[in-house]
Amino acid sequence: MVTLQINGQEHEVDVPDDMPLLWVLRDVIGLTGTKFGCGVALCGACTVHLDGTAVRACVTPVSFAAGRRITTIEGLSPDGTHPVQVAWRDLNVAQCGYCQTGQIMQAAALLAQTPNPTDVDIDNAMSGNICRCGTYTRIRAAIKQAAAVTGGAS
Amino acid sequence: MSRNPRTELVITNMSRRSFLMGLGAGSLVLAAGLPILGGAEEEQKKYAGEAMPHGLRDDPAIFVAIAADGTVTIVCHRSEMGQGVRTSLPMVVADELEADWSRVRVTQAPGNEPLYGNQDTDGSRSMRHHFMSMRRIGAAARRMLEEAAAAQWNVPIAEVEAVDHEVIHRGSDRRLGYGELAGAAAALPVPARETVELKDPSKFRYIGRGEVGLVDNLAITTGRAQFGIDTRLDGMVYAVVARPPVYGGKLKSYDDTEALKIPGVLKVLTLEAAPIPSEFNPLGGVAVIALNTWAAIRGRDALKVAWDDGPNASYSSDTYRLTLEAAARQPGKVVRNVGDVDAAMAAAAKRVEAEYYIPHQAHVTMEPPAAAARIVDGKCEVWACVQAPQTTREKIARQLGLDIEDVTVHVTLLGGGFGRKSKPDFAIEAALLSRAMDGRAVKLTFTREDDLANGYLNTVAVQRLEAGLDESGEAVAWLHRSVAPTITALFGPDSRHEAPFELGMGFVDTPFAVPNLRLENPEAAAHTRVGWFRSVFNVPHAFAIHSFVGELAAAAGRDPKDYLLELIGPPRRIDPDSLPDSWNYGEDPAIYQVDTGRLRRVVETAAAGAGWGRTLPKGRGLGIAAHRSFVTYTAVVVEVEVGDTGQITIPRVDIAVDCGPQINPERIRSQMEGAVIQGVSLATVSAATFKDGRVEQRNFDGYRITRIDQAPREIHVHLVPAEGYDQPLGGVGEPGLPPVAPALCNAVFAATGKRIRSLPIGDQLSA
Repeated sequence: MVTLQINGQEHEVDVPDDMPLLWVLRDVIGLTGTKFGCGVALCGACTVHLDGTAVRACVTPVSFAAGRRITTIEGLSPDGTHPVQVAWRDLNVAQCGYCQTGQIMQAAALLAQTPNPTDVDIDNAMSGNICRCGTYTRIRAAIKQAAAVTGGAS
Repeated sequence: MSRNPRTELVITNMSRRSFLMGLGAGSLVLAAGLPILGGAEEEQKKYAGEAMPHGLRDDPAIFVAIAADGTVTIVCHRSEMGQGVRTSLPMVVADELEADWSRVRVTQAPGNEPLYGNQDTDGSRSMRHHFMSMRRIGAAARRMLEEAAAAQWNVPIAEVEAVDHEVIHRGSDRRLGYGELAGAAAALPVPARETVELKDPSKFRYIGRGEVGLVDNLAITTGRAQFGIDTRLDGMVYAVVARPPVYGGKLKSYDDTEALKIPGVLKVLTLEAAPIPSEFNPLGGVAVIALNTWAAIRGRDALKVAWDDGPNASYSSDTYRLTLEAAARQPGKVVRNVGDVDAAMAAAAKRVEAEYYIPHQAHVTMEPPAAAARIVDGKCEVWACVQAPQTTREKIARQLGLDIEDVTVHVTLLGGGFGRKSKPDFAIEAALLSRAMDGRAVKLTFTREDDLANGYLNTVAVQRLEAGLDESGEAVAWLHRSVAPTITALFGPDSRHEAPFELGMGFVDTPFAVPNLRLENPEAAAHTRVGWFRSVFNVPHAFAIHSFVGELAAAAGRDPKDYLLELIGPPRRIDPDSLPDSWNYGEDPAIYQVDTGRLRRVVETAAAGAGWGRTLPKGRGLGIAAHRSFVTYTAVVVEVEVGDTGQITIPRVDIAVDCGPQINPERIRSQMEGAVIQGVSLATVSAATFKDGRVEQRNFDGYRITRIDQAPREIHVHLVPAEGYDQPLGGVGEPGLPPVAPALCNAVFAATGKRIRSLPIGDQLSA
């Protein structure tokens, strides 16, 4: 039995230690906002936060996540009003939307660490997240807008 | 004339779902090599939405519901895959309905074409075909609300008007909200189509403005959006399938001893292989059913499977390229001939020739194919990310031996489509697996490896072009051979020529004003499942043609944009039948002609937007290309910088689009932005290659996709305005893509003098 703290709630799950957090979230707990895209940390669709740091849930063993604060897209904000989420809606970033939860989690982690990211910062932080629809120019713009709203220059 | 059974099979499949192929009825017959049907058929020829299976429906009782609290619910019957259809089509209804968008909800239709009309979301058709029917739906519902109010007030209908979610009596300023009128309005007869009065476009509140946000924005940004892969049902189990790695392969033997030892694995079972050609059917193999997806994947890893690889076991991209090149160097079936190319070529002052290679492309939708199914009391329910829900329903009903009424296909959001999810093989698999589990809910997921190994790739092509130039550099002879396996090989194994719907994608319909022009289509056999990929055969055709235009401009010592405009020639409207393009994207040639004036205008617009002709630092270059596809005109100017070690960066792309009236300009822009980036991806890094019949790329490390750091930093979309909403609509989802790769390679040439003739560019510039 593994105890997980996800979005401020405790979950006890009976799964093997090496089961990736992605499948525990999706198939066992039912938090499907974290997406499967590649299974090998190549696309970023499964990005969640462990103690505030962006990680790929598809290669994170559930045992590694135990005892850490796990934040998924469902828990990024209580009501979808994290500045990154708001900016994503303002600019209509999404096309199909599938990769966007991972993009948003990655962007939120970036802004938490680097409140005023340069283009190079954005490239470095976001190049692990693939968008097949091709929304990158809007992703970049939305990150800058979210940074401006949160008063990045603190 | 005798018909062989195989050909009849083709006809059956194609005619039932001709839309999927983008085949008009006439071209279908030609595609299969059968005699053209009699005159009566010709007289009844239909175009556009009316020619699609089950046509168009415009009954407000089916598409609109108004609750007592005034909430308006509008049905979206087309699949959302990122093009914005769940926003844009309901927005049209809401506008004509005079509904307040903040009080509109959108609900997704299940697959049911007899009720909703055609639902095949492909071919850049949704708005193009359904704009007017959506308008009629909204306008008819508005009229019914007005009639209900007039009756309640006992006043002439001319004195009432629906405005912003209520009906107003002009004489007395009495008002009734839509919720208050809904019950009475719903009891009224639906007005006849010809009596429905559409709004004057000056009164549009949403159409043409692009101010409406995506209906799924909140769900997407909070993780609540439901894609096919997110389906969860009571008692559901999870499946993955080991499929034959070679097209046409079969299971020889398997050992599941170790697989069954994996904790969570419930069952291992076999699925029957579909014979070649496999159409949209599952490929068969060995399925592992487990308590979660991970256990199913681990169980599959533990299987020992031996395959009989079948007739395509030796398919290799390297050797097949040689086959295509050899075919391109020999005369092929002439599909268009103007003047005397051989004589003009012999007399030309200068001759230029080039061959271009475009590899298979994989869709790699970020949501891999996935579907859930269950069977209860002989009724099958499926939840799936499908572009063609009615086809899915028909195929499942046939495979399970059920009446179609006993199969329900719920359409989820699609995490990308690009044509992959027009093929319902994965949804059929889910249904077959549920049956094998006695009806228990089963979710079938393709891993990324499965998606690449068992996809429906875009064709692979060699395009050979030869031109003769006169002393002034003008092209006086043009020979183009297109060699590429056809999608119709999915349905008929002997199909070796491009079908009319493939020839008509930027090949036979080339508008170039060259006096001697011959287009040939030598044979090519398919060795994998070739399927629709965004823009389809426009991708290889446009890449070759517009790279070659760049080469001719260089040979003639001319500016590439000026040379392109001269090839396009003066503004004129060309009858597609005269080209001879018997397909014309299924549109009426009397309405949709090849308008070189519009093509010229997008060239000039993109060029002006990009500052064509400006001085650039060393290592930078501008390239241009323009293309008509899906009855829309696009032109792209790419600015590229090539570094000392051959690395490419793209500071800026300008894309001009003339798609006729722009219903939701915001989503047109986003589609163009996405097409540019997808075009950059296939031009620079993406390729699916084969060895020993198997796709060599297993995941995103092998099949590469452009990432944010390599994407164009700026994309400027220039929308060319239409003269009015009565002008014919063009497609939006696909036309942005074809000109991108040639514009990029022309820019590389301008920057470096190196000509790219084989995609992707990869590390070709580092040499």
